[in-house]
Parts: sequence; C-alpha cells; structure tokens
Amino acid sequence: MILFERVTKRYPNGREALRAASFSIDRGEMVFLTGRSGAGKSTVLKLIAMLERPTRGTVIVNGQNLGALKSRHLPAYRRTLGVVFQEHRLLDDRPVFDNVALPLVVAGAASAERDKRVRAALDQVGLLGKERMLPNELSVGEQQRVGIARAVVAKPSVLIADEPTGNLDPGLALEVMKLFKRFCDVGVTVIIATHDLHVVHEFGQRRIVLEDGQIQGSGDAPLPSMSATR
Amino acid sequence: MRGYLTHHAQSLVGSVGRLARAPFATALTILVIGLALALPLALELFVANAMSATGGFTGAVDVSVYFKPDVAMTRVQQLAHSARARAGVAAVQIISADQALQEFRQYSGFGTALQALGSNPLPNVLHVRPAADATAPADLDALKHYLAAWPEVDLVQVDSEWVLRFNAILDLLRRVLGIAALLLGVGVLAVIGNTIRLEIQGRRTEIEVVRLVGGSTGFVRRPFLYTGMLYGLGGALLAWGMVGTAVLVLQAPVANLSRLYGSSYALQGAGPEVIAGVFGAGLGLGWLGAWLAAARHLRGIEPRA
Repeated sequence: MILFERVTKRYPNGREALRAASFSIDRGEMVFLTGRSGAGKSTVLKLIAMLERPTRGTVIVNGQNLGALKSRHLPAYRRTLGVVFQEHRLLDDRPVFDNVALPLVVAGAASAERDKRVRAALDQVGLLGKERMLPNELSVGEQQRVGIARAVVAKPSVLIADEPTGNLDPGLALEVMKLFKRFCDVGVTVIIATHDLHVVHEFGQRRIVLEDGQIQGSGDAPLPSMSATR
Repeated sequence: MRGYLTHHAQSLVGSVGRLARAPFATALTILVIGLALALPLALELFVANAMSATGGFTGAVDVSVYFKPDVAMTRVQQLAHSARARAGVAAVQIISADQALQEFRQYSGFGTALQALGSNPLPNVLHVRPAADATAPADLDALKHYLAAWPEVDLVQVDSEWVLRFNAILDLLRRVLGIAALLLGVGVLAVIGNTIRLEIQGRRTEIEVVRLVGGSTGFVRRPFLYTGMLYGLGGALLAWGMVGTAVLVLQAPVANLSRLYGSSYALQGAGPEVIAGVFGAGLGLGWLGAWLAAARHLRGIEPRA
C-alpha cells in the first residue's frame, strides 16, 4: 500500500510542486496520475522512488515510512521498485540482455537465475530473440519495452512509470499500457503518470488528478476539466 | 555471497576491458605512474648498492686499545675476553708488544735502529672490530667509553670520522628517498584520482541507472577501485621493468669499474622485498586514489526522474 499524508514538496528554487497532498493506493492497484505539466505528477513518483524527500508530510510505501528511511537502506528499498522513464535510460553500449539484467546483477542474483528471469521478462514484453542487440538497433517502442522489462525483471512490488507512452504512437502506447495491466493483474502496484487521456479512458483504472500540486480528484469517471495537454 | 564474488570478478574483467578499449590513454596514465614509482625505486637501489659496495669498509672499522706499559699479558687476555663477551663486538685480536715490535722491525725499514733500543717501547694492543650492525656513531662512541673505562688502558683510538660522514650521507639519502617517495606517492594519487574522476563523469548515466535500480555506493564504486588498482599495478610493473633494465645496462660498466679498484662488487637489482613493496605501493595508491575520487565525485550523482 502507498500512502501520502499531507505531503508538501518545495524545491530549492522555492517552487511548491506538491501542497498537502493526501491519497492512498492499494496493493496490486493500477492508478493513473494525471494533470497538466507542472501539476506535481513527476514529484509524486520521485517521492515514491526516493529521488526526492518530502518537505512536510508522510510518505509510506509497503509499511515503510520513507521520511525515516536511512540512506544506507535506500538501495535495498529501491530494489523493491520498478521504474520506467519516457526516455528509457538504457545503456547504449550494452546489449539488451545486459540492460535488462542490471537490477538482478545489483541484487546479486546467480547467473542461471539471471538468465532465466531476463528471458522471461523479455518474453513478456515480446522481445525474446533480441537479447544481443544494442538499444540503438531497436525502434523507440522496442526500447521502451526493454525499459519495462528492466523495471519488472526483479519482480518489484511497485512499478512506477513517468510518461511511458510519451514517445509512442497510439497503437504502441496501448500495447505498453496492456503490459502494465498484466503486471498489475499478478499483484504489482502500478502507478503511471501520463498526459495521455486516451489510454487512461481506454483502461478505466482509477485516476488521481493533480492541479498546481494539489489533489483535485480521484476516481474512474471522466473529468471535464481534464483536457490535459502537455 | 556468490553473487558478491561474481560482481567482483565482473568488475575486474569490466575494468580490464575498459582500459583495453582506450589503449593510448591507458598507456599514458600508466607511463606517468610508472615514472613516479620508478624514481624512488631507483633511489632505493642506489642507496642499497652504496651500502653494499661500502659494506666492507664499514665492517673494517677497528677500535685500537693501547694498554699502559706495565700491564701484564694475562691481564690483557682477561680484558680481551671481556671485550669479546660484549654485545656489538665481532672480533677481538691481541697484538702483544713483542709481536708489534717484530712487525715494525720487519715492515718499517728501521730494523737496525730498533736494535739500538734497550727495551721495547711499544705497548700491548687490542684490535676490537665492531659487529656490522654496531658501526653507527652512537654504537662506536659507547664502545669507546666502555674500553676507555678500564684502568689498564692508556688510549682508545677510533678512526670514525669518515664513518660518521659516510653514515651521514647515507642517512641524508635515505631521507631524500623518503621525501621523494612521499611526494611522488601524492603525485600518483593525484593522477589516479583525476583519471577516475574523468571516468566517473563519462559513466554518469550508467551510475544514475545503477543507483535507480538499487545499486549501493559500494556496488557503484567497485569497478572504479579495480580500475585504480589496475593503473597502480601497471605503473608498478613499468617501474620495475624500467629500473630492472637500467640495472642490466649498468651491470657491466659497474663490474668493470669495481674490477679496476680490485673489487669483485656487482650491481644488485631489486630484491623480492623491494619488488613486493613497489607492487604493494602501486596497488595501494591505485586503490586509495580511486577510493578518494569515488568518495568525492559519486556523492553528487543521484538518479534523475
């Protein structure tokens, strides 16, 4: 379970990205974070991934109060997460296999186990057979799927994605979202920050709507104010 | 544990691969480290060879003990026995007054003149040779005081002026060696630290991703530590090779020179302890330089969303 209690995040430049935001996400739930640019969607993900710490308020992930998490425990916490970026963040000098295997290498998984799980993850995203290719030999959609495979290969309990379909055409975007839904179906908590209202409506999952750092609403009904654009 | 060891092996292999992929830059860095390590090594060998070449002289320092004219030979023998029992004394030789006169008569060319003397004017003498490890000025001074304290002794003579000077020169050289080693060690740290800093900057994206997927600081740092140690190892190997080659080149002229002085002295190369020291210094400085650079520059790299 993920719990935000009156969370405020103020950046060093004085901008308040979140203002007393409170919401909760159940274990195994798939949630869309929506809102205009600068609404605070990415800040929510950064706080969950501990890339930032809240200025005020409490963030609890799987029973762990992140405000009290010591720096030395941060790597172990991050191993429970899967993170997907719009820009993929793949290592261009390493083949697909090595990119996907990275979280398992970090976790110290044995070679045979690593091999099995990387193949399973690549199979899930439809890229089995492309293990030896370099990222720049793949299409943008395939690169995104490599990023997703890397995020799920270590079987995280929470999967967060920041604009995962931002660079994809509508067909591919739908495919990627279906992948996320499949992970959710096997018990992974999935949180996706997106502008893409088309895919949000398509999937009918719960939305948390942010506006100027505040929660404007939460639910699965269409919101008239949400003509969100980038 | 197995995964941990596997990552060590992967870090080592990865570091070797990265160095091999940039051979020119790697060679330049190793050359600088090698030169910095070669200088103190060469100086150490010079000091060791100087000590070895002059070791015979140092060992030949004799302390002459002249007894008063009326001291009996039995008493001289007793005192010689006491001197032999003292720590730091290698050998004691008795030269009786008669023996001294006979030698003087034989070698001085004054044989006929000496026959005119009514009695032997020469005293009994002890030649005390200090042990090789007891020729320091303080040791010689202590020995002199010990021997001079005997009431039967008239004069104790230590020809130690040149020994003092020689020891002072060696001491100075040892200090110069220490200072040079320290300064060049700092130089090696700076070279390795800067090289690792550049490598950290070049792998910033990779470090961010590794941190994002849960890589600890130790995990991120490990490949850089291996890279630093490989630089140090390469530098030590080069230093050993350069100084070893210099020793080989100089061996024949040095042997020729010492032959001209009637000596069989041969130039000594680095012994196992010295070689181990150079490799230890190379590895240690490589590790430390990399660790310092990693501690300083990895701190600022956190994943971006």
